[in-house]
Amino acid sequence: MDILIGILNYAVFFAITAGIFAILSLGLNIQFGYTGLFNIGVAGFYAIGAYASTLISGPPPGPMDWRTFGGFQLPWIVGLVGAALISGFIAFLIAIPTLKLKEDYLAIATIGIAEVIRLVLKNESWLTNSVWGIKNIPSPLFVPINKWIQHFLDTNPQAPSWIQSLVSNSYNWFYLGLVVLIIGLIYWTVERMIRSPWGRVLRAIREDEVAASTSGKNVFWFKMQSFVLGAMVMGMAGGLYAYYARFIDVTSFEPFFGTFLIWVMLIAGGSGNNLGAILGAFVIWGVWAGTEFLTSQWGLSGVRAASLRIMCVGVILELIIILRPRGILGEEKVVSAILKKGAK
Amino acid sequence: MDFTSRIFQLAIYGIISGSVITLGAIGLSLTYGILKFANFAHGDIMSLGAFIALFFLAVFRAANLSSQPLYPLSFGLPLILAFILSMIITAVVAIIIDKILYKRLRTTGSVTLLIASVGVAFILRNFIQFVWGPQPRYYIKKIQITQRIPFLGIRIKPDEIFIILVAVCLVIFLHLFLKNTKMGKAMRATSDNMDLARVSGINTESVINWTWAIGAALAAAGGMLAGIENKFITPNFGWNMLLFIFAAVVLGGVGSPYGAILGGMVIGLSGEVSTAFIPTSYKPAIAFIIMIVMLLFKPRGLLGEK
Repeated sequence: MDILIGILNYAVFFAITAGIFAILSLGLNIQFGYTGLFNIGVAGFYAIGAYASTLISGPPPGPMDWRTFGGFQLPWIVGLVGAALISGFIAFLIAIPTLKLKEDYLAIATIGIAEVIRLVLKNESWLTNSVWGIKNIPSPLFVPINKWIQHFLDTNPQAPSWIQSLVSNSYNWFYLGLVVLIIGLIYWTVERMIRSPWGRVLRAIREDEVAASTSGKNVFWFKMQSFVLGAMVMGMAGGLYAYYARFIDVTSFEPFFGTFLIWVMLIAGGSGNNLGAILGAFVIWGVWAGTEFLTSQWGLSGVRAASLRIMCVGVILELIIILRPRGILGEEKVVSAILKKGAK
Repeated sequence: MDFTSRIFQLAIYGIISGSVITLGAIGLSLTYGILKFANFAHGDIMSLGAFIALFFLAVFRAANLSSQPLYPLSFGLPLILAFILSMIITAVVAIIIDKILYKRLRTTGSVTLLIASVGVAFILRNFIQFVWGPQPRYYIKKIQITQRIPFLGIRIKPDEIFIILVAVCLVIFLHLFLKNTKMGKAMRATSDNMDLARVSGINTESVINWTWAIGAALAAAGGMLAGIENKFITPNFGWNMLLFIFAAVVLGGVGSPYGAILGGMVIGLSGEVSTAFIPTSYKPAIAFIIMIVMLLFKPRGLLGEK
């Protein structure tokens, strides 16, 4: 029983992380999957969201900190909304000059944007505490839930150890619920939007920009909406990460975890399919966790093991591109709610 | 050191880093022009070349080849041999990657190729990290004294003159190759219009092989020259160069090797000279801004045709 609970506790932790990646993947799906916007700077918006929510609801600078600004200790929900808004606003500023570029130039530009964002986070210590990072970020409802756990353990000392272990993990259960709720909200909203005329314009732009603009659609403005919306979703994922990890620094948003893995997840699940984006995140995060098990079996650890695992993910990506370019689920041919009803 | 000579000194560094960027940018521009996709793995090809040289250095050390420095340089014959061997091996590796991966995706369009190349970038970098570890690996342990050049008040090391000379020689070789050989002319024709080249009887598959080979060999040379300048290399080096190389390619004009030379020098110089005015850590931002401005106002680049 104890082993089962141990596995269950790990599964909860696993699902929280995969869920945060699923949100990033949903954000990228809006930009790339539906609109064809080539954003290789996902990590940048992820990082902006994490830092924004930390500035809004994190602790004020301590005596040992380099940062002199931020830490307004506002409620976590304000931080989460703020993360989305700030990330969206910065995406808006970036989009003005770059969205006119054709797809591969946009990819090159976004990789530069992510690099500049990383440099700012690393160097502007007044804002980000530089390489020392920001610690003690409060998790939502952490104190009351822990109080409840303590109370339960104190009043039921004779409870079996597996119940104690299950209850001790309550906070992760709560956080998983929060992540699932937010995934659900984003999924529902994006599905509604994609199945509307607005969503069809995005797909038209992806397939043929010239045709879309000759049909009288303002291509730039639609691309802008898609880019900003995607960045807001990514920013929210950043906020959720910061609240869960309780510590952030620049290394949390490396190109591998922040960008590459998200791309593999989206391609694996099926670009242009929201369920695929979520499924891909869980599958690829499962593969990532599984490779850790393998490398530890082979007695590898540290950087070498990590390198081997990243190579593994890279090879998986290439195999998907060659063997099943549509991904696991692939894109639905018809997304219109009305047409579907008609077909039946 | 007064301000003028400081700028001159930075310009020297700019020419050295410009040489490295140029060698990377030429290959990227050639493959971009002929295969029509932005190869995000090109920076990691530079790292690969640099690390393959490291492998040969170890082999030569095991074979007891004399590593007596060639005066006035700080390194000896083994590094020069490793340099040439690594250029060849890296070229072969690039062709193999093309055969295994990119060739299968040739008909799928630039988006798929681009995603595939990001995957290759991560595979290569982590292969290097797996084999050699993440810590800096040293090419040269010896410290070299800088030489003062009179009049300008600048200092330069003999190694740095070697770097510039090698880059200039390679660029001249490339120029002669493109202008005078049949393959060079076929490459330029394919870059202009692949379909037209094919109907004119040019074997575009072999042009593609040559493009990968030359691009990768020059990238390897760039990576190794950076190793000689810094005395060490890290697995992340090439990835960090990517932004500079892309900026150089865009500045010079995609598909134009001569543009890549010009772009590489401008990016190298502006990056180093900018450190007189802004914090050094923001150097990549300068390359980035130049690139964005260029993309917005002159997307075909300085020497881009059509």
